[in-house]
Amino acid sequence: MIARVAPYLSVFRMRFLIMLQYRTAALAGFFTQCWWGIILVMVLAAFFHGARSHEPISFAQAVTYTWLGQAFLVLLPWTGDPDVGEMVRSGNVSYDRLRPLDTYFYWYVRAMAWMAARAVPRAALMFVTAGLIFPLIGLGAWRMRFPSSVAAGLLFTPALLSVVLLSSAMVMLINLTVVATVSDRGANTLATPIVIVLSGNLLPLPLFPDWMHRFLFLQPFAGLVDIPSRIYVGNLTGAVALAGLLQQVVWIGLLILLGHHLMLRAMRRLQVQGG
Amino acid sequence: MPQIVVENLSKSYRVSERAPGVWGATKGMFRRAARTVEALKAISFSLERGELLGFIGPNGAGKSTTLKILSGILEPDSGRCEVDGLTPSRDRIRHVARIGVVFGQRTQLWWDLPVVDGFDLLRDIYSVPETQYRRTKDAMVELMRLEPLLDQPVRQLSLGQRMRCEIAAAMLHRPSILFLDEPTIGLDAPSKLAVRAFVKSLNRDHGVTVILTTHDMHDIEALAERVIVIGNGIILADQSFESLRKEVLTERRLFVDFVGAAPALDFPGVAELHRDGNSLELSFDPSVVGAANLISWISAEYDLVDIHIQQPRIEEVIARFYNLHGAIEA
Repeated sequence: MIARVAPYLSVFRMRFLIMLQYRTAALAGFFTQCWWGIILVMVLAAFFHGARSHEPISFAQAVTYTWLGQAFLVLLPWTGDPDVGEMVRSGNVSYDRLRPLDTYFYWYVRAMAWMAARAVPRAALMFVTAGLIFPLIGLGAWRMRFPSSVAAGLLFTPALLSVVLLSSAMVMLINLTVVATVSDRGANTLATPIVIVLSGNLLPLPLFPDWMHRFLFLQPFAGLVDIPSRIYVGNLTGAVALAGLLQQVVWIGLLILLGHHLMLRAMRRLQVQGG
Repeated sequence: MPQIVVENLSKSYRVSERAPGVWGATKGMFRRAARTVEALKAISFSLERGELLGFIGPNGAGKSTTLKILSGILEPDSGRCEVDGLTPSRDRIRHVARIGVVFGQRTQLWWDLPVVDGFDLLRDIYSVPETQYRRTKDAMVELMRLEPLLDQPVRQLSLGQRMRCEIAAAMLHRPSILFLDEPTIGLDAPSKLAVRAFVKSLNRDHGVTVILTTHDMHDIEALAERVIVIGNGIILADQSFESLRKEVLTERRLFVDFVGAAPALDFPGVAELHRDGNSLELSFDPSVVGAANLISWISAEYDLVDIHIQQPRIEEVIARFYNLHGAIEA
């Protein structure tokens, strides 16, 4: 078992280390996400100020929820892996088919490494800025809080890990459309609006109308931001929090099965032209 | 028992087409036309362990398609393809662990990584035991003189340096078969020589079976004992390089400079190829017309400045061979 997993771990490690090199991109991304985070928090403040009814999530929770969404923004599957787009254009897919590896998982671990490595520096900067510096400069009300309880913190860890697994499975589906259409434009444009709305990145999902809540909780994108963030802020606790984790795991399994199946089909139809 | 068996292998591609211009593009929005191109039409051959086979043919002949099927990347439409008892496309993972492949026009090493990191990653991907890996790597580094290149990122290497690293990378898991698709393309003369020497040594000293495609006849001349000529998806010739050479290189060229204007020669079996003022270029088959006879006849009949015989260049002959079989790409 270990011997069979070792090659994939090695591939993960290598891509992770390569991606960590891009410090300027991380810094630029962090500033953009700060900017967006502040705008979203201001919108939330205005909304909660005007709200008459009792909302299913408190203002403080919604603010921390929003900052988590910004901190882990690069874990969202809104584009395919740029390496796959490049390989499809250049025809280097050939070499990937020459490795004694399952091509789906070969690409899957690379997508994981690609996202995780970019998330680490950005999230660290965000925690320091929105969590520690904001209270010091008088923005305490808009700050990102610590997990609501030890239990919430403990449950958040597997939920966050599931975000990476779930998002990689979604990136793989985008990758497969890139393989099928030999272009990474279409899928990338289509994925963005769906992902930012349905994940809760734009607006916390509990703030949507009540009648949508059941659907919003069950759909796969909830596992990207909404479920882990609500566990973190203590909006999902106990059995419901566990149901949230289960929801993530089920979708991860289903999407991997689907992607794996589609990969087999795509590779059977593969045409490598020229050369 | 041959190591590689190919029987009636066929593969076709669908190529989409549209008429040129605005009208063609508009029509293409509603109806897509596609044409089927038969890349391979039931080809058959087999290869023994330790052989070195050269695959030649014009662009689009089906060389690369054959290699891609043999290496498990493409699935054939019909026919049998077996390598060491495995069907490449069906047993892909087990199959690719035993072969090494180099595509001259692509790179398998990671642009951003130093060469040696790429090698280490390949070690992990192929699960090569550490001691075996170190021995193979050291041998390859010595053979290809890679020592000064190991710490450089791949993107900083010259094409010749990179190709040496690519071939070494393909050998790290000690495959018993090596497929080389145009390994000398774009290389300068010393790099070509190095690659040839390396391939020869792998084949002769390490017993690696090699299939090589190329457009450079000198690669074939230096390496291959056996040559398959392929054109338009069919095998035109499958024989030893020596016999192919004898067959296609029978012709000789006679270049004559006359004192006066070049006369119209009438000698049975001799054809005039080119005439330029005082000079003539003639073609003849030495098995029909003795070279000595021809020269002594001409020099007896006319006043000459210079006369010499040449073999036509092998590139030229191969081009004629393709032409003869209608194998040039449309």
